[in-house]
Amino acid sequence: MKYTIVVLVENKPGVLNRVASLFRRRAFNIDSLTVGRTEVPDVSRMTIVVDSDELNIERLTAYLYKLVNVIQVNNLTTTPSVNRDLALIKVQASDENRAHVMQIVDVFRARIVDVTNNSLIVEITGDEEKIEGFIEVLRPWGIIEMVRTGIVSMARGGSSLLVESFPVSNFSRVAV
Amino acid sequence: MKKKLTGAQIVWESLVREGVEVVFGYPGGANLPLYDALPNYPIHHVLVRHEQGAAHAADGYARASRKVGVAIATSGPGATNLVTGIATAMMDSSPTVFITGQVMSKLIGYDAFQEIDVTGITLPITKHNYLVTDVREIGAVVREAFYIARTGRPGPVLIDISKDAQQNTTEWEYDDSPIQLPGYRPDLSPSRQDIQRAVEMIQSASRPVILAGNGVIASGAMDEVLDFAEHTNTPVAMTLLGLGGFPASHPLALGMMGMHGEAWVNMAIQEADLLIAFGMRFDDRVTGNLKTYAPKARKIHFDIDPSEINKNVPADAALIGDLGETLRQVLDYIQPCDHREWLETIQQMKSEASAYNILNHAGQKHLYAAHVIDGLWRTTGGDALIVTDVGQNQMWAAQYYKLDKSPRFISSGGLGTMGFGLPAAIGAKFGSPNAEVWAIVGDGGFQMTQAELATAAQEGLKINVAIINNGYLGMVRQWQEFFYDRRYSATPMRSPDFVKIAEAHGLTGLRVTRRADIEATIQKARQIEGTVLVEFRVEKEDCVYPMVPSGADLHNMIRRPVPSMVFEEEEQNEAE
Repeated sequence: MKYTIVVLVENKPGVLNRVASLFRRRAFNIDSLTVGRTEVPDVSRMTIVVDSDELNIERLTAYLYKLVNVIQVNNLTTTPSVNRDLALIKVQASDENRAHVMQIVDVFRARIVDVTNNSLIVEITGDEEKIEGFIEVLRPWGIIEMVRTGIVSMARGGSSLLVESFPVSNFSRVAV
Repeated sequence: MKKKLTGAQIVWESLVREGVEVVFGYPGGANLPLYDALPNYPIHHVLVRHEQGAAHAADGYARASRKVGVAIATSGPGATNLVTGIATAMMDSSPTVFITGQVMSKLIGYDAFQEIDVTGITLPITKHNYLVTDVREIGAVVREAFYIARTGRPGPVLIDISKDAQQNTTEWEYDDSPIQLPGYRPDLSPSRQDIQRAVEMIQSASRPVILAGNGVIASGAMDEVLDFAEHTNTPVAMTLLGLGGFPASHPLALGMMGMHGEAWVNMAIQEADLLIAFGMRFDDRVTGNLKTYAPKARKIHFDIDPSEINKNVPADAALIGDLGETLRQVLDYIQPCDHREWLETIQQMKSEASAYNILNHAGQKHLYAAHVIDGLWRTTGGDALIVTDVGQNQMWAAQYYKLDKSPRFISSGGLGTMGFGLPAAIGAKFGSPNAEVWAIVGDGGFQMTQAELATAAQEGLKINVAIINNGYLGMVRQWQEFFYDRRYSATPMRSPDFVKIAEAHGLTGLRVTRRADIEATIQKARQIEGTVLVEFRVEKEDCVYPMVPSGADLHNMIRRPVPSMVFEEEEQNEAE
């Protein structure tokens, strides 16, 4: 099953390498990994989607906490949250099919961000399901190139993930 | 008050502040500024013969003193030569700091002469590491490094410092404010609930066994473990690195567990209804086949490292935190237990095993390693600081040198690093100057780092090296005997004349070939000034028994053929 793990790390050189290296070393498969800045200047946030099981996610969480630069690890898999992936899709668009493609873009509430005589670049954001659906519908028209950012995730509700105190409770949950 | 200092000076100033008195190292192009500044500081530098030796010596120092050991190397090959030693310290949670020189910061990334990405290489074998290219960061980084190395679950930290950062100057003064590491909290402790849960399990057990590991010694929790064991009448099995964590002479001491553990210890674990693990990580050498491991037992796991819980063996209760502190809390709730029946069962298994013990045979004809270690134990009153290499010598040392204290046994457990013994013994002697240090090594491992004899000679160090020479890479040969139809591929080893090797270094070499000479020669070695090498020419094809084959069930041990029967048969053959 796919798990969405949000890792808050110190914004320092080499931290991405430490995290990625941990996944390799402990033989976890990363589905997607994104990293970016947060509301706190010194803190970066990674959203990592990993294919695993409950026991191994607990192991992974404990290993992540062993990295000195990792401040906090949250498993958002079952937390009500907003998940967004962004895709840029360059699709063939000749005079004959351009209208069809633009119709599909409209239906999915995507946006056209670049136009040439025979192609369009379409930008779409949404959860994984929506983007997969969009790609499937576009595919027959001829996808020239595609790039996706990978999932970013944020829990619903009024509070920030980054808690002041250290989440010791995460550790005691490790025990059965 | 702020002083204008070079980066190199800040390194040494900081080491002095951390209480460092000795460092092990090797100079080179990229750490020249460090070495140039060194003579002005009250720190003794031990010049090793290979950087691996420096790493093991720092590790040995740390384990003997429970202070942070420090090794220094230059960039490129100097740094890569440390790698085996860093990995050894990582696997055995040894508090160490490694400082490497790096090429000028403007050359980093351009494949400069002797440039290597040492922080990249050591990422998975350090607790944490740093690349410093700005002189203003050095002071803070050294402080953090020592703090990380010695707190929580200890481990190696590496600091790679570019040559320009060592040369440049900055205004510096010692900062003694609390260290701020938002993602590093070594001070975890178990909840009241966790403790209650464990106490209930302990109180209701009828066949409990304590598994004491390296964490007992790392935490300095020997007294608490003793209290706990006596209070609950629970027998104590030890891992290799846990030896000395509980007195071997105590009636509740079982001995070593695992692949070469005593038969009754492994049987007790397999029969137990509760395992109480103190600072050990259920390594495969300890558990054998996990599917059949301690099938009747619930498990309580005490560890300071949350990632060890449920890693190999699922825990029914987990207490995360410093062992000594946690045990003091647990003891508040514990009522005395009586496990007489269980202890008698174990005693029964123990007496049955004595027939297999080579020491219980009076025959004088054969020189077994067991006799050597036993002789060493007797002669030194069981109070030597034993540093082993890896292989048969290590297992025999663990089985026959009965330890009542710690730290008294230093060995490469997790990584199993051959060549560890001699350099680690040198480090251990600096870490514990009043201890009688004996390195117990094999003919193979000794020759891997034999060059460090020159280090011991140059330092005028008094250590003793017992070479258990059986003319083979003995442990590999043993596996070939048991599992590869005795095809001794690449294991016979011709050694140099070890006595002459010692003499070439201006040291004393002694040789023992007869069982009757063991104790007198050891006694002689102890009295000679300076490092002494004693070569024991032991039985060539002796094995370490019992043995649980790799991956086999813990109770399926290969036992030693009963010695009295073997010897009688031999004598009969001779008579014919």
